[in-house]
Amino acid sequence: MAITYTSGEQVEVYRFSIPATILIPLIAVFLQAWAPLRFPFFSIFDLPLLVTIGFATARRSPLAGLFTGGLIGILQDALTHQPIGLYGISKTVVGFGASSLGIKLDVENAGARFLLTIFFYAVHEVVYFMIARGLVGLHMEWSWPHELLSGMANAALGVLIFMLLDRVKQRT
Amino acid sequence: MDVLGRYRNLIVLVGVLFAQVLGLAVQVKRTSDSESTRLIRVWAVGAVTPFEKVLLWGQISSGNLWHNYFYLRGVRAENRNLKAQIEQMRLEQVRMSQDADQARRLQALLAFKEQFISQTMAAQVIGGTGSELSRSVYIDKGHNDGIKPDMAVITADGVVGKILRVYRTTSLVLLIDDQTSGVGAILDKTRLQGILRGTPSGEVALEKVMSDETVPAGELVLTSGGDGIFPKGLLVGRVTKVTPGAELFLNIHVRPAADLSKLEEVLVVTKIDERQAEPDHTGAARAVDILAERLPGVPSKPENAEKGPAPAIAAPGDAKPKAAPPQASISGAHAPSNAATAASSAGVGSSPSGTPATATDSVKVSPKPVKTAVAPKPQPAVEDRPH
Repeated sequence: MAITYTSGEQVEVYRFSIPATILIPLIAVFLQAWAPLRFPFFSIFDLPLLVTIGFATARRSPLAGLFTGGLIGILQDALTHQPIGLYGISKTVVGFGASSLGIKLDVENAGARFLLTIFFYAVHEVVYFMIARGLVGLHMEWSWPHELLSGMANAALGVLIFMLLDRVKQRT
Repeated sequence: MDVLGRYRNLIVLVGVLFAQVLGLAVQVKRTSDSESTRLIRVWAVGAVTPFEKVLLWGQISSGNLWHNYFYLRGVRAENRNLKAQIEQMRLEQVRMSQDADQARRLQALLAFKEQFISQTMAAQVIGGTGSELSRSVYIDKGHNDGIKPDMAVITADGVVGKILRVYRTTSLVLLIDDQTSGVGAILDKTRLQGILRGTPSGEVALEKVMSDETVPAGELVLTSGGDGIFPKGLLVGRVTKVTPGAELFLNIHVRPAADLSKLEEVLVVTKIDERQAEPDHTGAARAVDILAERLPGVPSKPENAEKGPAPAIAAPGDAKPKAAPPQASISGAHAPSNAATAASSAGVGSSPSGTPATATDSVKVSPKPVKTAVAPKPQPAVEDRPH
């Protein structure tokens, strides 16, 4: 459960193969669009966000993190009828933040990953809420119980997804 | 230069965020998609929907295999129940066709023009958008199939939404529970009109009904036809709760008739026609004819009956002698042919509310009950309950 401080040299940096880099986000966005229709409870999850955090913390490169997050978010936006950029901006911030934190912290254990996911889920929701209301003028309701429950559920699923990502990541 | 190198990541972050915020602001200002955003959407949809189509195909194929070949338990009993149900519905249909005929005669007298759905296209829902802020679904029909923006999308239960974006082989349907959608609606009994909108929490509310009006819970909500998208009279939902709202309007909560969270197949209304009502001269069937068909039948006359005398004894193969034909005492002994007329006369042309079914599909489109406010409803000749 401990989040250990490490020096930059001690932290492992990983990379993903090109097929994994393309297919995993695509599958995540596809599942996010498809699954809630068949299993309504699934809408509580944000798979593209979990993949963004997983990639960012493994690569530990802020630039790679922000571009990965931005692209996944834009892909997610493009499927909706809302303006493109809502998810794009939120996930850019999350990708940058997660990879920056990944440099400073050792996030290899499940407890650290759980807390990290809850934190970045909250960041994502706050940024999304602010942009949707402030810039796009959408009506949104903020519900603390819902956000808390979603954060926990996403963190639990995130731990599993990060374990799957561990299998496809390659040491540089 | 050193500063730029040191804060390179931060500068890139700010640059990327600035570009996205700028792009977002431009999109909010514009009402339609620019070419660049349109391209991004086309690419994204092109990348994701093939997965959805493959999955849907697999799901349907395996479902068909299971249901049509392996899982046939209870089919006999179900078949028996369905036959009984059909009997009841045919009687109901005859009664309704009489009402509809009467309504058409009156409409013709008033030179009343009605809108009706003349063509629909069945489509499968292949996926959603994955966002709670965007309550919309993708269907497997697009530009290649003749789908155009602003076409109405319905199910047999009620209104679903409208076509928002059309791609080559898919389309995006904006559901009625989205907060950016708007459907012109009218309450069935009170005839109050309003606008049906989605709320941020995913509910549906009827807006712009003044607070001094009385709206009972349970009242049906129908399309008013005022939005130019949905023809008048389609069932939208039912009022669940009415509370006083802000700015002199009522808060009317509506439960959609179609289950928007479990959509699988929908109908896209590809053509709406307007016609003047004409009375039906085909002749309506009577409920008694339908009932007569259910009574024990007269054995069919042998072909050589006219040539020679009728046999006095039943054929050796018959286990029981047939009873005397009771149809003769009721009227309409030749029920089968009349029953067929009944079915056809109450079909496409006489669907309730002037929104009949469709030229291409046999799905009941408008579940609205026929209103007979002008004249008293004719009573059926025979009680329609099966004995």
